[in-house]
Amino acid sequence: MIKVENLTKKFGDFVAVDNISFSVNRGEIFAFLGPNGAGKTTTIKILTTLLKPSEGKIIINGHNPVAEPDDVRRSFGIVFQDQSLDDRLTAYENMEFHGVLYKIPKDIRRSRIEQLLKFVELWERKNNLVEDFSGGMKRRLEIARGLLHHPKILFLDEPTLGLDPQTRSHIWDYVKNLNKKEGVTVFFTTHYMEEAEKTAGRVAIIDNGKIVAQGTPGELKSKTNKNTLEEAFLNLTGRSIREQEVNGIERMRMRRKLFKR
Amino acid sequence: MSIIYILWLRQLKRHFRSRARLVGSLGQPILFLLALGFGFGPIYQRAGGGNYIQFLAPGIVAMSILFTSIFSGIEIIWDRQFGFLKETLVAPVSRFQIMIGRTLGGATVATFQGIIVLLISLVVGFRFGNIIMLPLGLVFMLLIALLFTALGTAIASVLEDMHGFQLIMNFLVMPLFFLSGALFPLQDLPQAIKIAANINPLSYGVDGLRGTLVNGAHFGLGIDFLVLGVITIILLFIGSYLFSKIQI
Repeated sequence: MIKVENLTKKFGDFVAVDNISFSVNRGEIFAFLGPNGAGKTTTIKILTTLLKPSEGKIIINGHNPVAEPDDVRRSFGIVFQDQSLDDRLTAYENMEFHGVLYKIPKDIRRSRIEQLLKFVELWERKNNLVEDFSGGMKRRLEIARGLLHHPKILFLDEPTLGLDPQTRSHIWDYVKNLNKKEGVTVFFTTHYMEEAEKTAGRVAIIDNGKIVAQGTPGELKSKTNKNTLEEAFLNLTGRSIREQEVNGIERMRMRRKLFKR
Repeated sequence: MSIIYILWLRQLKRHFRSRARLVGSLGQPILFLLALGFGFGPIYQRAGGGNYIQFLAPGIVAMSILFTSIFSGIEIIWDRQFGFLKETLVAPVSRFQIMIGRTLGGATVATFQGIIVLLISLVVGFRFGNIIMLPLGLVFMLLIALLFTALGTAIASVLEDMHGFQLIMNFLVMPLFFLSGALFPLQDLPQAIKIAANINPLSYGVDGLRGTLVNGAHFGLGIDFLVLGVITIILLFIGSYLFSKIQI
């Protein structure tokens, strides 16, 4: 379903992703783990056509993201690391907007929106503005939106960041359920190792732009002789704290948080 | 087509749902109309210019369109910051469609804003020179709106965050407004200001509005229309090119 060979991404002199290769099979739940600034989000952006790779070969659902971006775009749904809903629109309008962008015929769109909003338990709130939603509700809406066009692959970039344990476990239930019911291939990143251990069939660990290990959580644990994936992760990536470089957009987000009551 | 429509609709919904913005963006034009209109009115009259409100109103309509449309274009930075832009950029639609939908939406909103200001100026004492020309006036309003929304989009595509916004307000938008003939006649000006006004696209917008809503255009309606049309098309091209280059 996803095949990446010798992928490299450079920003000037900085090598964000350094010659990585991996593949994800159809129907699999795959976790992409790594410390801050390891190259997770950059990789997702390349896989989802938002960035162009410097080198390497990528095949997503049989298509090349550089040569056939629109075919690739139709193949996946994505929940971004930071919220990407329009909060001045209602939940239903956000779904509707997405459906029109993906050219889903009107009657199919209506029934699919209803089905998905019920699935994430937001149907009762469909006419509320997104700005009145809690973090967990927004996440659920984003997942529902990402699934609207029947994607073969669902990308989740830290989908549970900043959510309470209840909501987090709820969201993983949805994801597993989906994977089982609709056979959607799931590719996700997270910092919560126990979530990866519980949810993912296979895991790849990336550090400083390189993949340092991949396999099932069991394989990684036995390889490092540790009891949990978290310990295995720390063993593979070291204990030093990573600082993420703050860019302009990041700074602005922080400032906005200050302004927001 | 439906894609352009939904993007257009989104811009409208966003605008009309935020009451604060709707009302807030009317504050400045009203203040300008009242303070300048009645403040300079007597002097203007004495100098033989006639009724100043009559002269000023088209300029203030143009101003409110300028501000609203530049801001609509710049809103892309906002969308980028709040992540919504990504949602449109990973969709299987061309960036050109996204840019056109947004620009039309922004321009519609700005034109609407201009119409409101025009209605307010009627209350303050403005009278149409020839009501038959009004539809042509609306065309000029839409042209001004398109031109500056496209300009805003082009600028927003190269700015990473809102830091540059003040810079644009003070060194682009304000000079565009003050050197456009919105507030004073373009006849008998010092050479430097004359040149600045002649290369300022808003001058042609203000002139077109004045020519259609009151009458007596400085450059002539044909030239106004031609200049605005050509610059709008050029800016739409530049805007779509820069927008297509955005990387998140």
